[in-house]
Amino acid sequence: MSARTRELLGLIPASLLVTAGFAAVFIQRGSLSNGSLTYGAIFLGLCIGAHVFLRVALPYADPYLFPLVAVLACFGLVMIYRIDTTLARQQAQWFVVGLLLFVATIVFLRDYRKLEQYRYVIAATSIVLLVLPRLPGIGAQVNGAYLGVRIPGVFIFQPTEFAKIGIVVFLASYLRDTRQVLVTGARRVLGVTIPPIKHFGPLLVVWGITMLLLVVIRDLGSSLMFYGAFLALLYVATSRLSFVVIGLLLFGLGAWYLGTHVPHVHDRVDVWLDPFNAKRYPNIGYQIANSLFAQADGGLFGRGFGEAILKTPGGDALVSAPQTDLIYSVITNELGLVGAAGVLMTYLLIVQRGFKVALLARDSFSTLLAIGLSSVFALQVFVIVGGVTNVIPLTGVTLPFVSYGGSSILANFVLLALLLLVSDRARRPDARVAR
Amino acid sequence: MSRPIMRLFLLFVLLFVVLIAWTSRWTVFEAKALRDNAENKRPLFAALHVKRGAILGDDRSVLARSVKQRNGTYARRYPLGSLFGHPVGYSNLQLQQLSGLERSRNDALSGQTSELDSIVTQLQGKRQAGDNVVTTLDPKAQKVATDALGGRAGSVVALDPRTGAVKVMVSVPGYDPNAVGDPKVFSQLNQDRTGAPLLDRATQGQYPPGSTFKVLTAAAAIDSGRYAPSSTINGNSPRRVSGVDLQNDFNQSFGDITLTQALTQSVNTVFAQVGEKLGRATLTDYMKRFGFYAKPQLDYPGNQMVSSGERDPRTGGLLLPTSSQVDLGRMAIGQDKLAVTPLQMAEVVAAVANGGKLMKPHLTDRIVDPDGRTVTTIAPSEQSQAIKPSTAQALNQMMRSVVEEGTGTAVQLPGVSVAGKTGTAQKGAQGSNITQPWFVAFAPADNPQIAIAVTVEKSAGGFGGTVAAPIARQVLLSLLHP
Repeated sequence: MSARTRELLGLIPASLLVTAGFAAVFIQRGSLSNGSLTYGAIFLGLCIGAHVFLRVALPYADPYLFPLVAVLACFGLVMIYRIDTTLARQQAQWFVVGLLLFVATIVFLRDYRKLEQYRYVIAATSIVLLVLPRLPGIGAQVNGAYLGVRIPGVFIFQPTEFAKIGIVVFLASYLRDTRQVLVTGARRVLGVTIPPIKHFGPLLVVWGITMLLLVVIRDLGSSLMFYGAFLALLYVATSRLSFVVIGLLLFGLGAWYLGTHVPHVHDRVDVWLDPFNAKRYPNIGYQIANSLFAQADGGLFGRGFGEAILKTPGGDALVSAPQTDLIYSVITNELGLVGAAGVLMTYLLIVQRGFKVALLARDSFSTLLAIGLSSVFALQVFVIVGGVTNVIPLTGVTLPFVSYGGSSILANFVLLALLLLVSDRARRPDARVAR
Repeated sequence: MSRPIMRLFLLFVLLFVVLIAWTSRWTVFEAKALRDNAENKRPLFAALHVKRGAILGDDRSVLARSVKQRNGTYARRYPLGSLFGHPVGYSNLQLQQLSGLERSRNDALSGQTSELDSIVTQLQGKRQAGDNVVTTLDPKAQKVATDALGGRAGSVVALDPRTGAVKVMVSVPGYDPNAVGDPKVFSQLNQDRTGAPLLDRATQGQYPPGSTFKVLTAAAAIDSGRYAPSSTINGNSPRRVSGVDLQNDFNQSFGDITLTQALTQSVNTVFAQVGEKLGRATLTDYMKRFGFYAKPQLDYPGNQMVSSGERDPRTGGLLLPTSSQVDLGRMAIGQDKLAVTPLQMAEVVAAVANGGKLMKPHLTDRIVDPDGRTVTTIAPSEQSQAIKPSTAQALNQMMRSVVEEGTGTAVQLPGVSVAGKTGTAQKGAQGSNITQPWFVAFAPADNPQIAIAVTVEKSAGGFGGTVAAPIARQVLLSLLHP
């Protein structure tokens, strides 16, 4: 069976899931129309369209990535529909735009390796994107963090979502060049391997910028995501655990300083350490406490689609930002530990496919790119799910493909397109000959 | 690069395991603590979406029910307003305030069932709903009793002595449970110290029982074998008790009279002697047998009931008659430091009426699910055999004589023999004419169906026989001839 046929078969459960999901929400609302079938059919049509495109454009690409993403996307769509039907319609539109961007990425970046030529442009653009929300007049502050740029009439653009891809591309490209030097030029000082300053310098600059961004955008989660991807790439590129340890120590130092000196970050840490503190509950503790209460309410099997309580009888939000930051809590509330674990396993499978792509890739840049993209994706899931389950302080990033949000959908489709491009090249039977 | 890749992947697997572990922590391992967290309003909001069961009278009239509102939540309505404010109580889920039956039967009313049951309910496509509580309360008699009190602060409690079913439980002044949802109204009611409308006088009122307590003293006297109804005792007045003169009403002297005559005429000096002769231990024993010194075993919130007995005037704590602080002679006639609830006095006469057997009082008759199936029936159960049946029979005769020819003639009913006892407790300073009239009774005397206790707070010179007995008469009429 060819890779693409397996992909097509993989889309069947995704379509069944979206149909069943909408049916469940419709039943809960007391009106089972053929609306659920319509949603399912449209979704199936979109997926098959994308599949046909992949069949032509990337015949050898990993067959599981796209169906796995489709499962997540449809699951997210049902969840958002259940929270707010208007947002679900917008999300479906973003989904269409996302697929178009996905196609465009594959068409225009057929040879993704030419990205290497533009690595400094990409790095600079990414940093500009990150700083954008802090610029006066266009920045939008959400919960004390500067994560968005308001584009009047359209939406709040979240540049971090795109910057993460740019930075991964830059790091993969830079490390491909310097990985040998970093290892061979290293000296041992007091039993610790120290990389040569000349080549390590740019990496220190990245660390510095990340730390700076932490202050600028005031978002611990995003910086954890970027920096984690950086360390992951550094480790894979050099096989030197000591570099990672040094990196972690430096990050810990920075995080400690920020946690104790920046009030906004400090508050988050306090709430993380004691989420049920009665004094903090009415203001800064409300979100995380209610996230955990919602999960407790779900229990093992959950309340069922549409049964979670999201608003107080007075109409105030009980679960704040249920369609974005806290969507995982709503999922756990309605589908229980079982459903939540299912979602996490789906993410882990995507990460596993990404790593498989990296292992199959035949050049360092491709390997590092696949690792970087998979890592940043996995870390994003860890940052937001870890945040709402209080493993780490809660910060506002989206749950990829599931949370509501145009920027997130678009950026993650670009990420998926890049992974599939790398994968297609890696698995192409004649690639060895052609190169 | 494949080894670091594998290791890195393992690290991510580990991170995801942590996520699942933490999710399990909140959803399973610490779920109960989180659900019980005081800040967690979710169970409360969920309860607002559940149709709470209705509370019904014994004639199936609605005492409380839930009405769906536009926002999908339910609001509680009390169609009879303040009439059942006390026994039924109020339910304000949003403020987490529950009282009365709304509180004691909350589990049934709110439909709190096991998780398995609720899954089955969900699978059957049914909405979770609370069970209905059918009470033993008689709305007509409750209204008669409330009207008979005519706005005077006081209480009426009527029981079926054979089963312990509470037919009437009135406390005046009452309050309208429909209005307590308004925090302003609630705090106003709560702060009214003189009227104390939220105080359930039937179960929380602490009153001197006056001469109605002589029923218990007589019961102890006869049941212990020390006296018979025909035993003669000197009834002259005054008589020194605990070093202070004790007088009969109007300082009347009766000479040597029988115990029956002494009860009929409510002779203080006789019962003071009897109490002192019986001694502290015997009276303690009999008081406990009738339920004193313990909270009533009523299906009512524990914090809305108090124990009856002697109480230390300074600390308010219970004092056993074995304590030297207790003036035994005056306690035997229902004075001294006795603080008794109307429910307790109703239980005393109910036990006498029921051949000495005290039945556990109960307000709930049965619990019925939304489909009309009976889930639980409250079966009558014995609390104690307070006195021997022969003693009860003797007291029955003595109390009939109170109504036929003594202080309680005002309660006489056409064609029905009534057994009763009046009481007029002295309140306030010595010499003031402020009294607390009482009347306890059961009827029909040869086949008791109703036992009743009536008391009125602060009457200016009123007597049990003139103030409380007519109220008891009206309630007995309503309950015996519906």
